Amino acid sequence: MAIKNKVRPNERKEGKKITLSLLWKQRYLLMMSLPFVVWVIVFKYIPLWGWTMAFQEVKPATFATPIWKRPFVGFDNFIKAFQDRLFQQTMINTIGISILQIAVGTAVAIIFAVFLNELVFSRFKKITQTVSYLPHFVSWVIIASIAKNLFNDGGVIDTLAGTNLHLMSTNSPLIWFVIVVIDCWKEMGWNAIIYLSAMAGIDMGLYEAAQIDGANRFRRIWHITLPGIRPTIIVLLIMSIGGALSVGMERQMLLSNGLVQDHTMVLSWFSYMRGIKNSDYGLGTAIGVFQSVVGVTLLLLANKIAGMVGEDKLV
Amino acid sequence: MNNLKKTWFDYFLVLFFVFILLITLYPFLNVLAISMNDATDTLKNINFVIPRKFTLANYKYVFEEADIIGPLFMSIAKTVIGTLVGVVCTSMLAYTLSRRDFVFHKSFTLLFVITMYVGGGMIPEYLLIMRNLHLGNKFIVYILPGLIWVYNMILVRSYIDGLPIALQEAAKLDGANDFQIWYKVIMPLCTPVIATIALYYAVGQWNSFMDTYLYAKELPTLQYKLYEIMSQATMQLDTHSTNNATQAVTPMAIRMAVTVVATVPIIVVYPFVQKYFVGGMTLGSVKD
Repeated sequence: MAIKNKVRPNERKEGKKITLSLLWKQRYLLMMSLPFVVWVIVFKYIPLWGWTMAFQEVKPATFATPIWKRPFVGFDNFIKAFQDRLFQQTMINTIGISILQIAVGTAVAIIFAVFLNELVFSRFKKITQTVSYLPHFVSWVIIASIAKNLFNDGGVIDTLAGTNLHLMSTNSPLIWFVIVVIDCWKEMGWNAIIYLSAMAGIDMGLYEAAQIDGANRFRRIWHITLPGIRPTIIVLLIMSIGGALSVGMERQMLLSNGLVQDHTMVLSWFSYMRGIKNSDYGLGTAIGVFQSVVGVTLLLLANKIAGMVGEDKLV
Repeated sequence: MNNLKKTWFDYFLVLFFVFILLITLYPFLNVLAISMNDATDTLKNINFVIPRKFTLANYKYVFEEADIIGPLFMSIAKTVIGTLVGVVCTSMLAYTLSRRDFVFHKSFTLLFVITMYVGGGMIPEYLLIMRNLHLGNKFIVYILPGLIWVYNMILVRSYIDGLPIALQEAAKLDGANDFQIWYKVIMPLCTPVIATIALYYAVGQWNSFMDTYLYAKELPTLQYKLYEIMSQATMQLDTHSTNNATQAVTPMAIRMAVTVVATVPIIVVYPFVQKYFVGGMTLGSVKD
């Protein structure tokens, strides 16, 4: 290999002043980056400033008034959100779906990765893996259209069961399981990649030593493979707990229908309903802010607990 | 570990993964078969993977009567333009941020990386795009708000960091300016990573649905069209909702044909490019 990039060209010495001549010398770099800096400020930082709307009353009629002239209402929007007739059920759905998703999704991906790692027919292994992450690249709209054939009344699952299970037409948390199963089907192979690459990093010497000591295959999986990917599992768990309230609206909306909507409504969708459908911008933003703040709190909490029980922490 | 003797567990694993392959592929094959089957014949039973009465009437109807050409071209335009613009902008920015001697190297990098972790959320973004910038129902709303994915930018930057620095120095001695170094030296060397991010952008654009749903219902894409077709049917299997017994197509047949049209580009390119997809997954490590 060629020379490694230890020293970059024209390495700037620490503490050197930003002078006009230096800026002129780097004018091309500035021209190549400044447009994107403007872009990131407009499209990423200005919406952050929009959080102030959570503490104001903002309706379409008053949207044109400057931020400092809008009535400041303190936490009224949050109280209004918590007292909303949909709020309680929405929270139950969000947490229910998240817990199911994290538990089942993680378990399925790990089992998939462990089994694939144990598969000795390498050609078959490659084909299986390639096919398994195909659904990841297919959009939720298409998945929803396909899922209709399988889960709707009279679909494949009903036919296999020999009876009408009403999987997508029962107004109960049953729909949570249906959604999580579909999500697992879509993401299982893709989510397994990260565990597989963690397994590839395990020292082969450990397996050989265990074999000499008489450990059978299952004991090797239990005592070497699983402990080997433990840090990866913990980090991914912490991150998914941080995202527990941010269940995406797209999937929920597409897999829902009028009959089950009570049990598919989640916070992001609720924020859309109140903020955009009903045009109560302040209320919608407040729901979004609540979702983000609780998310960060959960992340820190999960991280703290992981640290307390002696696991590797995220930060 | 590589015991040549196969145990029952090895054969169990093969069975297990045959089952996985089956449940992964069956739904796709089923959709394909229904889309190519006679619509009234499909009403009897929808569980098959080989068309019983082969016909292309469903596709003929979809392309001639179901208003699919416009959305199809919208999807293609959005994918092609979005990918091209995205790749150029991302790699240009990535190059400037890979230059440790750039005066704003640290501050600009931080500015972008922060946005990976915090965001304004749906309502403020919606208001910015629709009420402040008035981008609603304009084609640019498909390109501009999602112009650069910071994750992709970091992928390219890490790749450039791994290139030998001597090349840039040589170009500099030959009198090339920074812009020329980027597109004459860096870009040609970055082909693998450019392929990876181009695929991410292309798949993202082709599959995106929420952008149309929120900002541009008057510029429907294929995904949005499929959503409309789906939401017209009820939760019942839309097989019995034919208004007319003599009608050759059913809502279900239309839905399946559109599903196939929307899936085919992904399936066709997938076998050739899947190694690049996975490449990005393991390539991405944030340096300094």
